[in-house]
Amino acid sequence: MAFEGLADRLQHTIQKIKGKGKVTEQDVKEMTREVRLALLEADVNFKVVKDFIKRVKERAVDQEVMESLTPGQQVIKVVKEELTDLMGGDQSKIAVADRPPTVIMMVGLQGAGKTTTTGKLANLLRKKYNKQPMLVAADVYRPAAINQLETLGKQLDMPVFSLGTEANPVDIANQAIEQAKNEHHDYVIIDTAGRLHVDSDLMDELQQIKSNVTPDEIFLVVDAMTGQDAVNVADSFNEQLDLTGVVLTKLDGDTRGGAALSIKAVTDKPIKFAGMGEKLDELEAFHPERMASRILGMGDVLSLIEKAQDNVDEKRAKELEEKMRSASFTFDDFLEQMDQVKSMGPLEDLIGMIPGANKMKGLKNVQFDDKQLSHVEAIIQSMTKAERQDPSIMNASRKKRIAQGAGRSVSEVNRLLKQFNEMKKMMKQMSGMQKGKKGKKGKGFNFPFM
Amino acid sequence: MSFFKKLKDKFTGNSENEEVSDKYKEGLSKTRNSFSSKINDLVARYRKVDEDFFEDLEEILISADVGVSTVMDLIDELKMEVKRQNIKDSAKVKEVISEKLVEIYYGEEDDQVEELNIKDNELSVMLFVGVNGVGKTTTIGKVAHKLKQEGKNVVLAAGDTFRAGAIDQLQVWGDRVGVEVIKHNEGSDPAAVIYDGVQAAKSRNADVLLCDTAGRLQNKVNLMNELSKVKRVIEREIPGAPHEVLLVLDATTGQNAMSQAKTFSESTDVSGIVLTKLDGTAKGGIVLAIRNELQIPVKLVGLGEKVTDLQTFDANAFVYGLFADMLEEQE
Ligand SMILES: Nc1nc2c(ncn2[C@@H]2O[C@H](COP(=O)(O)OP(=O)(O)OP(=O)(O)O)[C@@H](O)[C@H]2O)c(=O)[nH]1
Ligand SMILES: [Mg+2]
Repeated sequence: MAFEGLADRLQHTIQKIKGKGKVTEQDVKEMTREVRLALLEADVNFKVVKDFIKRVKERAVDQEVMESLTPGQQVIKVVKEELTDLMGGDQSKIAVADRPPTVIMMVGLQGAGKTTTTGKLANLLRKKYNKQPMLVAADVYRPAAINQLETLGKQLDMPVFSLGTEANPVDIANQAIEQAKNEHHDYVIIDTAGRLHVDSDLMDELQQIKSNVTPDEIFLVVDAMTGQDAVNVADSFNEQLDLTGVVLTKLDGDTRGGAALSIKAVTDKPIKFAGMGEKLDELEAFHPERMASRILGMGDVLSLIEKAQDNVDEKRAKELEEKMRSASFTFDDFLEQMDQVKSMGPLEDLIGMIPGANKMKGLKNVQFDDKQLSHVEAIIQSMTKAERQDPSIMNASRKKRIAQGAGRSVSEVNRLLKQFNEMKKMMKQMSGMQKGKKGKKGKGFNFPFM
Repeated sequence: MSFFKKLKDKFTGNSENEEVSDKYKEGLSKTRNSFSSKINDLVARYRKVDEDFFEDLEEILISADVGVSTVMDLIDELKMEVKRQNIKDSAKVKEVISEKLVEIYYGEEDDQVEELNIKDNELSVMLFVGVNGVGKTTTIGKVAHKLKQEGKNVVLAAGDTFRAGAIDQLQVWGDRVGVEVIKHNEGSDPAAVIYDGVQAAKSRNADVLLCDTAGRLQNKVNLMNELSKVKRVIEREIPGAPHEVLLVLDATTGQNAMSQAKTFSESTDVSGIVLTKLDGTAKGGIVLAIRNELQIPVKLVGLGEKVTDLQTFDANAFVYGLFADMLEEQE
């Protein structure tokens, strides 16, 4: 794929910054530089990128981020948050008029995919919402455009209103609404001809249709492969028609689709649907989160980071980590760690999300049985304060007492003590690894219970 | 008003076909001069060649979809050149900029207009390929008109058997231009239509056969294989054919155009590009990188939906167009 190089580079930068215990302004600068490149390479408009980077920088050099245990991860979190924010939430709802029919107008540049999307939308309305739409062929300019819509109507077994190519699109729209009322259609979707946003005659025509039929929705149909010009197009259509939403087409291609971001930024209108193929059932609700990841070329890594960040008390985790490093880690700390880990959800899920986790030797040897965890908890809770602070004072009688108190066997107590020591050792190895060799998968990941 | 809009107005406002190409050439020599004077204006805005200057230049080029890595390379080279020649005055940097940009396009080769490969006295076949909605069918209509004006005998083959209404659309163009369209039913095998097109063109002693194909996204492996098959049918029937495989690119497309150029080249060995929709506000700057990286020249540009809205490509005029809006703002 065309963008692999950049995605790799970005991943690399993120790997670099992610594991860092200390992030300088220089680091942030470097990272935002890479993010900027990724966004530009993904066709996000350069002005939008500029604003975006400015916001990320401001937030990233904030005290709270810088002082956190995992500033690198926090910075990435900021990027992801800002990006998702910019895309808006899931909003694939369609208006319903107080008095039917609800009128939807499809507008856009030539070749964006309006006619196909008209068919898909009608199909979706019938399938998902049980509606009876009528399609309107108002593209009298492009050769055989009416033909195209009529063919789709036949495939869908849905009525298509047309007055041929000699009629005026405004008249077509007006008469179509009348007929829809008479025939009790609850939705009318008007397919208009593709036009340039700078073609004032044709833009005028759209405004006339709009003032005649007062549509409940005006959807701008945009090709997901659109480049920097997306802002001009979207801004201009929005200014002249006051759009209600956007449909992105051809997202089944290999484009990064940065146009989505540009359009949302300049119009502040929701992207409602995404075309995912040429077939009539290939229209989906738009998912801003997925789009954000796609634009930056990353997948689950970001979600994992978010999850970890949401559930871990930063300051406390930092203290614990320092303790582990200095080998002053106690059973009390261990208990606390366990609580934090448990609050993050089922262990197996978490492990599965760590890149390269299955290849990590250390992780394989540690038991991740939830039931066993509660046994461990019971054993630790039966220890005296002194024992928790300094396990080296353990002797046979202490172990016996602890086992009895927890309702477990002495050998289990022994096993825990052994595991605890191993864990401390592993912790040291892990932190050594982070500083050491480059390029090892998963090395940068700072899991709080390790 | 964009440069291409101006160009378009210059050529299409007049009577339809009247020596358009002569006028175009004439217009071009003017643009060549004014191009350098415009660049002069651009750089005159800055007294010094400093970071601001380069940042502005970077933004102009990126907003024209030239592509961020191409732009960075160019800016780096410019900076080096400026340092090497110890240029302090922005006015002096103008030659370097225009030189470098045109150089990106042509590389080591001489700058020249790259014409369509059409044989005299034998059948030439052109295959039109590209993603959905870029303007393949419309371009075929325009090219058919242009060739017919030149006295060629043209036949069209309706190889898009997939998209609803596609065959009718080509037929309308055929009627408009007054050339024959070879077609099958919707849903039939495109390779079979093209085969018939070749046979028909041969038996009618046609000069040129223009083959339409269905739009397809380049990451759909099956559809790309189908296209290779269509091309093989042509190769088998006529040695040396197809004489042109023209990839139609929409100027509105961003960086994905590079991926389109790569993948379509792999499956059909693209010989040239048609850059459409330059009558809008998009600049299509990615073709610089495509030419540079894949050595595929742009042969034609589309400037509207009318049958005459087609021109041969000129790199100097194009490069000028990248800056046009910005320069006009200044005036
Ligand atoms: N403004 C403008 N519109 C163009 C140009 N070329 C084509 N179009 C329009 O773009 C739309 C799509 O053109 P088509 O020729 O149908 O594109 P295609 O590549 O054949 O499309 P598919 O067969 O559906 O893949 C039509 O509305 C054309 O009128 C151009 O140079 N400028
Ligand atoms: Mg077509």
